[in-house]
Amino acid sequence: MMDAKRNIWVFGDYRNYFQNRVTLQLLSRAADLAPKMNASVGAVVLGDNINEYVNEYIAHGARKVYLIEHPFLARYSIETYTTLIESLARKYQPDIFLVGATSFGRELAPRLAKRLGTGLTADCIRLDINADGLLEQTAPSFGGNLLAKIVTPVSRPQMATVRPGSFQEIAHDSTRQGMVICEPMPKKLPGERMRLISYERKPLRVQRIEEARVVVCGGRGMGSKNKFKKLFELAQLLGGEVGATRPVVYSGWADPDALVGQAGKQIKPQVLFSFGISGAIQHTAGFNNAGFVIAVNKNPNATMMKIADVAIVADANQFCSALIKELKKRIRN
Amino acid sequence: MIKLIVCIKQVPMVSELPWDAHTRTLKRELAEGMMNPACSHALEAALQVKEKHGGYITVMTMGPPMAEEVLREAIALGADRGILLTDPRMAGADTFVTSYILARAIEKMCPDFDLVFCGCNTSDSETAQVGPQLSEELNIPGAAYVEKLDLTGRTLRIQRLSDNFLETIEFELPGLITLTTQHYQPRYVTLSGLQQAFEQGEVVPVCAADLGLDPEFKSTKNSPTRILDVFSAVAQNKNLVMTGAPQKVVEQLFKKFDDKIGGAIGKDLKEKT
Repeated sequence: MMDAKRNIWVFGDYRNYFQNRVTLQLLSRAADLAPKMNASVGAVVLGDNINEYVNEYIAHGARKVYLIEHPFLARYSIETYTTLIESLARKYQPDIFLVGATSFGRELAPRLAKRLGTGLTADCIRLDINADGLLEQTAPSFGGNLLAKIVTPVSRPQMATVRPGSFQEIAHDSTRQGMVICEPMPKKLPGERMRLISYERKPLRVQRIEEARVVVCGGRGMGSKNKFKKLFELAQLLGGEVGATRPVVYSGWADPDALVGQAGKQIKPQVLFSFGISGAIQHTAGFNNAGFVIAVNKNPNATMMKIADVAIVADANQFCSALIKELKKRIRN
Repeated sequence: MIKLIVCIKQVPMVSELPWDAHTRTLKRELAEGMMNPACSHALEAALQVKEKHGGYITVMTMGPPMAEEVLREAIALGADRGILLTDPRMAGADTFVTSYILARAIEKMCPDFDLVFCGCNTSDSETAQVGPQLSEELNIPGAAYVEKLDLTGRTLRIQRLSDNFLETIEFELPGLITLTTQHYQPRYVTLSGLQQAFEQGEVVPVCAADLGLDPEFKSTKNSPTRILDVFSAVAQNKNLVMTGAPQKVVEQLFKKFDDKIGGAIGKDLKEKT
């Protein structure tokens, strides 16, 4: 018997667990949306010896965990995972199915959507339930220049892949209770046509600008390479990361890794400081999801100053020094 | 002879997109069309396979009649034939329906294909979904985000970075791969080649009826997703402008927004009284 209640499912993507928190972020968002549609939040987890992830998902808000454990599932395989998750989705009929926009998620979700005959929105940055009770999915296009609101009115589940960092995970709470539904591994699976020959983990940087809660971006208006260095001091005080515009990277004031924009990183800090940046679209496309933007520029008419929530008309370098001084005072307090 | 298919798409040239500063929107209709970057790399990979093993390359695109340009460009680069899927009934397709139409066209126009190449994503809608969905439609093995490939007989070996795992995968043809822009740098089109492609290249126009699609079929109706609204990402803010001596402005800033900034960094920034 199926539950009368509806289900919001989240794919438990635990590969790169400590670097990539997208599953936890999706569980958090699913928990926000669930009461609006009388739904319960479920995680779908495949693998071998994955109890710690099951417990972690429950501690982060999953009320049910649909689990298939088998040594054969120890490594992600697109063909087997698609087939198994398809059969789970057919059996339990979730109303919404969210998948983190990791490489694997973005390969898995389109295949699942195709097999289930349903719609899928790619790389969403916002999810809401609209007045019609539909999942309203907001996804960027044109390098982030445009945002599209998309729904799947009829077919189910309503599927979306979601960009990591779009939502905040809820705090771990080991007292949360959840039900684990163990599904058997089918006796016979269709043969794998793709053979994994080798598999090698590449190291990831620990702190990533994409996930930083505070980013301090600087442009040529900082004045010089030496003056630009102040931004690193400011970022450190704020526990954040430094971002840069293309001219700054070209001038060698910052690493190419720091480039924010169309050709670089997409960031979504809660607070973004922008120093001496005019606001070319190639740069501004990189922070459509910044929460609160504070821009400092001598030119009050710069595009960046129009986009910002707070536009401070001042020399970027001088203002940066004043801000560092004041922060040191207040943080010591 | 090995039969290769390259699915390509014409996209607006994003860097050239005219930006309306007043309405803060893109004037999309004024944009020039170009071959989607990842599609150019996919075509280059196919051209290299053809050079090494021999073969016949069909390039296929779905789009308005002007999308023929990218097929001609592909022919100028070395593709053998172009197929232009164009029909008002096909317009407005989401990835579910796009992959459906492409699969029917491949079955109809090149049923004995060996390998399908796609770009891993497009610069306009950026879904990266059509390739994986097309491999489902054709029921063939498929690998996304391929960086390098090597063909030995009927066995394809690919290398890709999936999340932070470097994977080497093998499968037997027929199959499908989507290419990143990592490895296969597109060659340049020569003017004479382009001219020849426009004068002599073979481009077959195909409509929904040619594919035997249901007479009721319409992409806008058959797509499971609906776009409700498209808007500029850079919304106009009611912004607060602050001027004055830096030290004074810093004090004002904290007076107004110490909670906001403090919340983000997890510290109490309130001034002690």
